[in-house]
Amino acid sequence: MNKPQEQAGAPSNYSRREVMVGLFSLAALAALAPGCSPKSKVLRAYFHKHFKELKPAELKAVLAIWAERYQLAYGQPVAVQATPPLDGVKFGYALDISRCIGCRRCVYGCVEENNQSRDPQVHWITVLEMEQDKGIDLHHSTPYYNPATVPQPDKFYFPVACQQCENPPCVKVCPVNATWKEPDGIVVIDYDWCVGCRCCLTACPYGARHFNWKQPGLPAGEVNPATEYLGTRPRVKGVVEKCTFCLQRVRQGRYPKCVEVCPVGARKFGNLLDPHSEIRYILQHKRIYILKEELNTEPKFFYYFGL
Amino acid sequence: MKSVFHFLRECLRIISRGNAAYYVWMVFLLVCVGQGLLAYGHQLDAGLGVTNMRDAVSWGFYIGNFTFLVGVAAAAVLLVIPAYIYDWKPIKEVVVYGELLALAAIVMCLLFVLVDMGRPERLWHLLPVLGRPHFPSSLLAWDALVLNIYFLINLTVVCFLLFAAFRGRPYNRKVVVPLVILSIPAAVGIHTVTAFLYNGMASRPYWNSAILAPRFLASAFCSGPAVLLILFQVLRKVSRFEIKDDAIHKIAELMAYAMAFNLFLFGAELFKEFYSHTADVVHYQYLLYGVHGQPSPIAPFAWASLCMAIAAFLLFLIPRTRQWPVTMNLGCLLIYFSVYIEKGIALIIPGYTPDTLGQIYEYVPSPTELRVSVGIFGAGFLLFTLLVKVAIYLLSDQPHAAPEPAAARR
Repeated sequence: MNKPQEQAGAPSNYSRREVMVGLFSLAALAALAPGCSPKSKVLRAYFHKHFKELKPAELKAVLAIWAERYQLAYGQPVAVQATPPLDGVKFGYALDISRCIGCRRCVYGCVEENNQSRDPQVHWITVLEMEQDKGIDLHHSTPYYNPATVPQPDKFYFPVACQQCENPPCVKVCPVNATWKEPDGIVVIDYDWCVGCRCCLTACPYGARHFNWKQPGLPAGEVNPATEYLGTRPRVKGVVEKCTFCLQRVRQGRYPKCVEVCPVGARKFGNLLDPHSEIRYILQHKRIYILKEELNTEPKFFYYFGL
Repeated sequence: MKSVFHFLRECLRIISRGNAAYYVWMVFLLVCVGQGLLAYGHQLDAGLGVTNMRDAVSWGFYIGNFTFLVGVAAAAVLLVIPAYIYDWKPIKEVVVYGELLALAAIVMCLLFVLVDMGRPERLWHLLPVLGRPHFPSSLLAWDALVLNIYFLINLTVVCFLLFAAFRGRPYNRKVVVPLVILSIPAAVGIHTVTAFLYNGMASRPYWNSAILAPRFLASAFCSGPAVLLILFQVLRKVSRFEIKDDAIHKIAELMAYAMAFNLFLFGAELFKEFYSHTADVVHYQYLLYGVHGQPSPIAPFAWASLCMAIAAFLLFLIPRTRQWPVTMNLGCLLIYFSVYIEKGIALIIPGYTPDTLGQIYEYVPSPTELRVSVGIFGAGFLLFTLLVKVAIYLLSDQPHAAPEPAAARR
């Protein structure tokens, strides 16, 4: 009975949802931009579909819109890519607590690499100073240590960043699917889809998620121009961001920036699925500590005691 | 037949007329709304950094108010149950005013969620079909769904009742009665889902307690009726609305039991935390006095809330004080403010303090947060006043608002 209606309606290769989005966009176009062609790009960016539903051509268009915007904002070419995860790879990270000296080179290396806001400061890595006689005790730690030299006697240092959980609570609570775990194990955020509700900040047991409370301050001269859509591209105010294991580097076979800049070699990185990788060697031969293991988040970030 | 258009015109006529006090009240509320809009405009422009929320305390005053108002919205309708059980005479009016309060409270809830969003223009991402709501795992997606369903149920019931009253005919029971009955589980639902929003956060031990949802319901059973009790007394004075003293005293008595249960649940939490004294006790320490030797800025509020709750419980427990209007109204105010502090401040902030890495960020709302919140309360009271004014006229003051049974018999 419904058949004639269906045929009269939209062609069958359009989903019901696409038609609805189209109608919605048309209505908004009529309301917002009476005959302005440059504005249609704004609307196309605003109404574009969820990242996972974009067809290759649509994704290309979205990436181009952002590249153009960044070029305008920063006065230099900024590449925006969407490199897919590699097959047969699951990334893991290991951090040697007995070596870390608390110098925070990783913190600032990360900021420069990943286009974090300089003002206000957004740090994806928090280095906690802890007391030797208290052990790993968050309630007796501080991120605000500032002595003339590190390491201080009687102290040790405990860097925390996204633990890239196998059971990420932040992904579970997101009301709009703006964040998810990629096949290579990296938890990513689509900054174009995030509504800024901050459920994920509440759900994360590691303080790894950061909200842009103000318009990010990223000086034009300090932009890292090789960016990824799901990672290091400059953010806007009102969205959440987090460590991505430097997916713009690791998916090209390079180390994350924090691994590279660590002066004492406390940071190790590799493919958990490769039995000959350094990370697998550490997991098999060292004593491992998992932060908040009782929460069953199954981090792929392992602390170990190398000395 | 009088049409919907006539009905709307009549509503406009009713709300545009009133005495001087009415106009002063309206202007006051409009000023509240106006300054709230200005503050929100500033927040939209500058970002949520103009609030005092930060990564450590990522929800604050807005979400606290939201939580409190979900309770008000839920409990206003739950009053339908005792109204049926004890056969209070003006049951239709009790239902109508309860639903009107629920409507206004839900509108405020939705506004508080809206102003808390970093990218409010993307809210359509939450809509089914258009966006990608994260069902079934995200509690916030569920909360948005149940709140909107609850809103629509109440809106439908109220429209049916008022439109029928406007036409001077009995309302359509086949539509209204099932919806009123449906609104009862929906009321429990919105409050439970909101409690689960916090409850499900394993990262926050302060909320990760199985009695959080029962505590929510118990405190809501206190705050919602507190508003309605005062409203019923005002309505008795200014309109032909009639409610028996017995019914009012019974509501007060039920509130005493709800408050007793609420205090008992809070005591159970305190026992568990302080007796077992794990590292997680630190959140309750922050609530009641402070940690690391630093006094907590919210402790005075927490103690005030507790004292008001106990005082109101005693006032409503003793028959003489719950029947004497002065002490009864005092009890209502004490309960209202006690629960407001409990849900708005004492529930949210200690959950975030210390944060997940053990750090303490002392959150108190910023002027912008206070101004936006005043604006939203202004909008809610404005809506509620207008709805009540229309309802009073149509249900009891207009010429053909005869007592319902007679009208039905005719």
